[in-house]
Amino acid sequence: MAFFEGTQMTAGYGDGPDIISSCSISANRGEIVAILGPNGAGKSTAMKAMLGLLNLKSGSVTLDGKDISKISPQDRVKQGISFVPQTKNVFAELTVKENLEIGGFLREEGLDKMIENIYNLFPILSEKKSQIVGQLSGGQRQQVALGRALMSEPSVLMLDEPTAGVSPIVMDELFEHIIKVKKTNVAIIMVEQNAKQALSISDRGYVLVTGQNKFEGSGDELLNDPEVRRSFLGG
Amino acid sequence: MDFINAIVVLTNFTLIPALAYGSQLALGAIFVTLIYAVLRFANFATGDMMSFGTMFAVLLTYYFQSIGLGLGFLPTALLTIPFAIIMMILYMLLIDKFVFSYYRIKKSPPVQFAMVSVGVMFVTQAIIRIIIGPSDRRFLDGEKFILKATEFKEMTGLNEGLTLKSTQAITIVVTLIIVSIMFWFLNKTKTGTSMRAYSDNEDLALLSGIDPKRVVLITWVIAGILATVGGILYGLDKSYRPFVYFNNMLPIFAAAIVGGIGNPFGAFLGGYVIAFAEILITYAYKRFIAYLVPENMEPDSLMQLLSTDYKFAVSFSILVIVLLIRPSGIFKGKTI
Repeated sequence: MAFFEGTQMTAGYGDGPDIISSCSISANRGEIVAILGPNGAGKSTAMKAMLGLLNLKSGSVTLDGKDISKISPQDRVKQGISFVPQTKNVFAELTVKENLEIGGFLREEGLDKMIENIYNLFPILSEKKSQIVGQLSGGQRQQVALGRALMSEPSVLMLDEPTAGVSPIVMDELFEHIIKVKKTNVAIIMVEQNAKQALSISDRGYVLVTGQNKFEGSGDELLNDPEVRRSFLGG
Repeated sequence: MDFINAIVVLTNFTLIPALAYGSQLALGAIFVTLIYAVLRFANFATGDMMSFGTMFAVLLTYYFQSIGLGLGFLPTALLTIPFAIIMMILYMLLIDKFVFSYYRIKKSPPVQFAMVSVGVMFVTQAIIRIIIGPSDRRFLDGEKFILKATEFKEMTGLNEGLTLKSTQAITIVVTLIIVSIMFWFLNKTKTGTSMRAYSDNEDLALLSGIDPKRVVLITWVIAGILATVGGILYGLDKSYRPFVYFNNMLPIFAAAIVGGIGNPFGAFLGGYVIAFAEILITYAYKRFIAYLVPENMEPDSLMQLLSTDYKFAVSFSILVIVLLIRPSGIFKGKTI
């Protein structure tokens, strides 16, 4: 059984149709898992279901063997799941340091030490610590977003399109940072549009189509699978 | 000598009153801006909430006077501030629990919220009328002047007198203390930072483990302090009349919007901008100019741009101009 696992999840928004049906995704600590698929495949929805932002109609979510399907997103955050949304993932009116402080809001102690750890992981944030995040570049903002999410020392980190809207160079840099985070023994699940690059750093990947698991396997397997290549990776 | 007289006239009739009036508006404007930033609606009950808090200060002042409790040369009303604040906060929390929280949980649009606050405004007005009535009340006691015009004339030998009312000095000092503490709280404490985070990005704040109920509670507590103190200072300086408090909502909203709504520091400065504009535009400059020009050129008219009856037109004009030219205000608040 995987550390963090969503099993046979079926969910939709409100009373609307099911966006994902019988979708299963899992991740272990120290592993990067990519969720890929065409537009409207339910990638972000699957992730939000695992975070509890929408209710499951059937299926379950477990963390470290414990069923967390029924608890609120806030309580899941307390259990060690951290989420970086695709948009509005930083406090744009606050400084870098304040963003990190809020990330560690629930910490009882060791706040300053954790902030130091984040600065070591993302040295640019240390330079810009007193700057308002709204004034930073796209790549730097994404680092703030990652840093904020890591402040609670999560065991699971979920990233919704971390490289959306950044240049290819910044994308490579961000992926390097994500690998660094993985090495701190965190389970990382990310939804990505840049499938090739995402698979190249991922341990495993899932390809969703119309809300269901279509393919799954290690990063290399998916990269080399002719059908996956033809349908999603552009030949 | 004439030049100094001119300056004294201007200081006495515009600078000092505008500083005091501006401080009172600033407290109200920060109240408006705080509710807008954290609870996300324009609170039309602002004026009447200030009136509600002041009502308790007036009643308690009468009570304290009757039992002989006072502060000597300071107004007894200062002693009532903590009690009035507590009553105000309790009333706000009650309203929030039974009215606003319902719409907050439903995630109603801001316009609906504003309409709800209009309802709260009417109810608050009615309660005030039942408890204390609509009439004009003065509750200032203690020493009225720090510096009297005659004393100043004797001291300096000038023709013109400079007066400093104790209420003006108290207003400015108390405002500076309250506002400094509030900015320190918002910018330097963990709770303050969490409030700003909640105002900036609610969803992310929830994901970071910030408790929305606590943020709402603290917002109402700060709002209660600002509304009550602002209302009491205004009432001491002028007089307590519920209808005037309702009217003051216009300059207060203008101040909050000029400063950039959602930005507390902007609201603070906005209060002074509106106060100075209102007073400088409605002041009769006849005496001031008479000192500066040769005797035979003294103006015949009052040299007044607008009658004081139109002072609300000034804040309304500023409001409209700011919304047309720079809707985000001086300090880039949220665009309305």
